[in-house]
Amino acid sequence: MNEKLSMAQALNRALRDALAEDDSVLVFGEDVGPLGGVFRVTDGLAAAFGERRVFDTPLAESGIVGMAVGLAMNGMRPVVEMQFDAFAYPAFEQVVSHVAKMRNRTRGKVALPMVIRVPYAGGIGGVEHHCDSSEAYYAHTPGLQVVAPADPADAYALLRAAIAAPDPVVFLEPKKLYWVKEEVDTTAPRPPIGRAVVRREGTDATLIAYGPSVPVALEAAAVAAQEGRSLQVVDLRSIVPFDDETVCAAVSRTGRAVVVAEAAGFASVASEVVARVTERCFHSLAAPIRRVTGFDIPFPPPKLEHLQLPGVDRILDAVDDLQWEDA
Amino acid sequence: MLIDPDGVPTGAARMPDDAALTTAYEKLIAGRRFNDQAYALVRQGRLAVYPSSHGQEACQVAAAQVLADGDWLFPTYRDTVAAVTRGVDPVEVLTLLKGDWHNGYDPYEHHVAPLATPLATQLLHAVGVAHAARLRDEPTVVMALCGDGATSEGDFHEALNFAAVFRAPVVFLVQNNGFAISVPLSRQSAAPSLAHKGIGYGIKGERVDGNDVAALLAVLGAAVERARAGQGPQLVEAHTYRIQAHTNADDAGRYRDEAEVASWAKRDPIARLAAYLGPPSAAANEAAERLAERMRDGINADVTANPGDLFEYVYATPTPQLLEQRALLQDEMSRES
Repeated sequence: MNEKLSMAQALNRALRDALAEDDSVLVFGEDVGPLGGVFRVTDGLAAAFGERRVFDTPLAESGIVGMAVGLAMNGMRPVVEMQFDAFAYPAFEQVVSHVAKMRNRTRGKVALPMVIRVPYAGGIGGVEHHCDSSEAYYAHTPGLQVVAPADPADAYALLRAAIAAPDPVVFLEPKKLYWVKEEVDTTAPRPPIGRAVVRREGTDATLIAYGPSVPVALEAAAVAAQEGRSLQVVDLRSIVPFDDETVCAAVSRTGRAVVVAEAAGFASVASEVVARVTERCFHSLAAPIRRVTGFDIPFPPPKLEHLQLPGVDRILDAVDDLQWEDA
Repeated sequence: MLIDPDGVPTGAARMPDDAALTTAYEKLIAGRRFNDQAYALVRQGRLAVYPSSHGQEACQVAAAQVLADGDWLFPTYRDTVAAVTRGVDPVEVLTLLKGDWHNGYDPYEHHVAPLATPLATQLLHAVGVAHAARLRDEPTVVMALCGDGATSEGDFHEALNFAAVFRAPVVFLVQNNGFAISVPLSRQSAAPSLAHKGIGYGIKGERVDGNDVAALLAVLGAAVERARAGQGPQLVEAHTYRIQAHTNADDAGRYRDEAEVASWAKRDPIARLAAYLGPPSAAANEAAERLAERMRDGINADVTANPGDLFEYVYATPTPQLLEQRALLQDEMSRES
């Protein structure tokens, strides 16, 4: 059943379908009730499912995540919203010390099937504390799964998979893609968490991206094609578990790669991708892998954010740097 | 206070019935024996560390005893006696301190959450467990334990506030033993009492003599029944004292004097009950000795974890990366052996 949906609408549909299918699914957080969330992702859900299933909480993120832990311990499938990336930090101890570790602590006796939705990253002219790319904090913590969709169809499919998953998932929603519309088939087979996908075939070099950087990488590949260079684009979709197989197979075919991500580059997910690919397919590489990431600075104010975000030109400059024989 | 330090009833409230007091007495004898045995096992090098609840056993016993089978207990690392009173195996409860694994028992078996090591974080889990039960119209009540130091943590406040807003059936029991490791209560709070903190969240706060098991049974029992009846959460502050140091690794002489400890020793919860009920029965003493024997045998036994377990429970299904790392470790170990 194809329907044109924005990413926010696709996420709303995923929550709606999950709530309808499974009585144990609960949706809660700040302003997610009657308002429908500041990005309207939970629009209409409180009215449709009632305040026992979809509800506002006090304004306290550790409380939200901590209560979700208890609900999940006692038979529920909570889906909580952190209003913005940087507003999730008060919940950090709950996420790192309990959400991530409860299964391991109890040798599998206590599972926490819960989803922490985080509107994340920049590109919408947000003021300070509204634009952080916080994926590395979560990806560095064993026990969490970390997912970042890049289009409405994946947003629907991956959120459904995250809610159904037996383990906690940090679900990173690229804010700047909330309004991007696309045909979505909600009945299509859903990709499992942990599998990357080749978004565009190409033979000269591979761009590896996730979340908000995928459309930028695709745009760069389109421009490069006009200039006679064939770029392949891999969308990671899941940061944890990481799909070494798909990524390494893709890079092995082209022999060159650029990793694109908004987050500051130092000790980042982009760095991890470079390390993994280098360890696994060094002999297929014709050049060192390049990273195009945010600078190692606090996220800039709105009028300067364009300088921080990886753009087409910066990506193509990095591609040009990949030691081409004809250069 | 229902029974004063000399064992004399005060008539301040309804005394728990004889059966409840007799049970509490037996559990107190067992709890004290548990603390003594665990302390001995540390000195013998069998346990890495033990945070003793010597002197606080009345709080621990009462917290467990007032709960029904379907209720939940959320203990901290110092609440091993509460967990054992609820039925958790005395060796499994010490797994964390023995060092074999982080938690040794199945939390669903007796509805006892893992012993919480971070402060106050478990109080929010307690609210979630209680709220889930309430959403399903189950009569579950949750007893959530913490110490005086934990009342300064943000999660303490968030838990009380969430419980109040959602009318979650949680009883928060603060064992105020006077010290957070070395820091006295005066550095934790300027409030007239910790029970006063309930006022800010619109929930009932009550103080109780934490060395008087009769008063604890009465106050906690009433709080549990209020919560079960849908009247929301409650905060109880129990005044007690940690007779021993924070753990065996601590030196309490650096922050408190012996005269203070001696004055609290006179208010011992077991001595008080002995003065009121007479010496413990032979059966109670025998049960305590059996408990201690079980601890000695279990703690001296071999490590129960196998190295493969390190990768087994991180996720429901190990990631490809964890499978690789497990193989690496197995290979390393096979070469060493």
